[in-house]
Amino acid sequence: MKLILEKRPQRSAKMALLSPLLAIALTVFFGGVIFALLGLNPLRALYVYFLEPLTSWWSIQELVIKAAPLVLIGVGLAVCFEAKVWNIGAEGQLTMGALAGSMIPVFFTGWQSPLTLVAMLVLGIIGGALFGAIPAFLKTRFNANEILTSLMLVYVAGYLADWLVRGPWRDPDGFNFPKSVNFEGWQVLPTIFGDRIHIGAILAVAAALVLAFVMAKTLKGFEIRIMGNAPRAGMFSGFSPKKTVWFAMLLSGGLAGLAGICEIAGPAGHLQPLISPGYGFTAIIVAFLGRLNPIGVIFAGVMLAISYLGGESAQIDLGVSARISQVFQGMLLFFILACDTLILYRIKLLSGGSRKVTGA
Amino acid sequence: MEAIILTIITAATPLLLAAMGELVVERSGVLNLGVEGMMVVGAVCGFGAAYASGSVTLGILAGIAGGMIIALLFAIMTQTFLSNQVATGLALTLLGLGVSGLIGESFVGVPGVKLGQIYIPLLTDLPYVGRILFGQDILVYGSVALMMATSYVLFKTRTGLVIRAVGGNHHSAHALGYNVIAVRYAAILFGGACAGLAGAYLSLAYTPQWVENMTAGRGWIALALVVFASWMPVRIMIGAYLFGTIWILGLVVQAMGYGIPSQLLSSLPYLVTIAALVIISGNRTLTKINSPAMIGQPFVPDR
Repeated sequence: MKLILEKRPQRSAKMALLSPLLAIALTVFFGGVIFALLGLNPLRALYVYFLEPLTSWWSIQELVIKAAPLVLIGVGLAVCFEAKVWNIGAEGQLTMGALAGSMIPVFFTGWQSPLTLVAMLVLGIIGGALFGAIPAFLKTRFNANEILTSLMLVYVAGYLADWLVRGPWRDPDGFNFPKSVNFEGWQVLPTIFGDRIHIGAILAVAAALVLAFVMAKTLKGFEIRIMGNAPRAGMFSGFSPKKTVWFAMLLSGGLAGLAGICEIAGPAGHLQPLISPGYGFTAIIVAFLGRLNPIGVIFAGVMLAISYLGGESAQIDLGVSARISQVFQGMLLFFILACDTLILYRIKLLSGGSRKVTGA
Repeated sequence: MEAIILTIITAATPLLLAAMGELVVERSGVLNLGVEGMMVVGAVCGFGAAYASGSVTLGILAGIAGGMIIALLFAIMTQTFLSNQVATGLALTLLGLGVSGLIGESFVGVPGVKLGQIYIPLLTDLPYVGRILFGQDILVYGSVALMMATSYVLFKTRTGLVIRAVGGNHHSAHALGYNVIAVRYAAILFGGACAGLAGAYLSLAYTPQWVENMTAGRGWIALALVVFASWMPVRIMIGAYLFGTIWILGLVVQAMGYGIPSQLLSSLPYLVTIAALVIISGNRTLTKINSPAMIGQPFVPDR
């Protein structure tokens, strides 16, 4: 008896839909195993982790607040990964977007008009896109691997933010805390449905819808898909691989930058050394769980937001470390990737010796 | 000066170990981007085992084992389930950082066990060169030996030829009767062992303590080193020592306090990595000549 993978004649549409659900089911199951190993009642722990965040209005608001940046970054990365451009430095682009957008409140503290907010958001996008442009330039001009360069830049951006917040941009009236001035009035994102969810959530859904349209209905979307899956064919149709890299990096960088300024002008309200709890990295999982499909990414973003909240409630209610959410997120990505194999292959059980090599 | 050189060597050793493992993995045609994850798991396993048992040797073995276990996950995923290697490598890193944070939570702030330096009477006492040549910890010598052994095996033995054949053209290697998947499994596990050892070195010798995310991007720098070295073991060693030097010089300048922001100095290793990648990658002949042709491509035997 032997298990082998046999290539399907064509991609299985059924598995493409089922695989993320299967991956979530496997994560929940093995999550229960981990909880049991930690000496907890697995059913109660799973309830606290995955369902309790959905039971109160407060935590649903929190869920939307956390899902917004994940979806914003995730849709950009989905397009990027579809083009097989591996931008894994979204966390750095997020940081640079937050810094660029914060220039307005830091340097023009008194400026209050609706344009203030628009300028901040635009600067956020530009900051992230410019930072994404660095790996794009190094890739297209010098053939330098974008995975490594974009990741190295995450550390550089982190140190730059740290320096600015502790040095030149520190709030003079902030009792020496490493933070910028507090953002006020039009320097803060307006809220919807009460006073906590900010319009970043709307921007995220809008970005996903626009990109879903672009990917499905426009020539640009076709270009991205063909350059990712059959670059030679794409080049024969006259598309340029370099332009694809530039488009993918600027788009995903800009969206990550927008997510960054939305974090700072939304929940945070001032610039601080730590801008995100790793949204830029978690968004990689969001993109894959969403099948690299912008609409799928919305659902995946909510799922991963639950994993953040679940970690917090597990810490409070069960005394488990909040690190557990990182483990769950990593596990989830593993299971998605494993289940994705079933889209292209089917598992076959071979009984011993029945299929010896014939006429090699 | 002597002290600086000594710290440079300890900073270079983990990079050398991890990059040497990844070199073999990539030579067999597999791209494992999870070096950072394997390294940080090695670091926490090494620290934990040494702390619990008081034995550095057990710590080192636990680090190797930790790296191998998580590498096995990568091997099963990419070789048996044919998953995308880039994405799986990223998953390995995210999972490794999470798992190590969870395991290591109780180790934060706990004093660790330090790997001692060797002492040979007379030789270690030699002026200037004594401590540098004859007063290191055992893994420094081990890493150099590993480099020489890897170089020898890869280029002078049949085993090395098979590894390079699998990485150069897996269809031909398969047609000649070599088990491509098995060779790659072995290479990935070797890479995991090296990365785990590198991690254990960090938490047992470089800074004998456990800090979350203590690898601080060294796994990624090791990956860049492999490209920088254009897949040649000797050049990996040169590169590792170059990077170790930059890492430490940043700290030294910081300690002297010229008013340069510490954050700028701390970001130097990452900036230099980018610069090195640009210089080497821009040179197509240098990268093309040794890069394994099958890198990142899954092997599916025809049945």
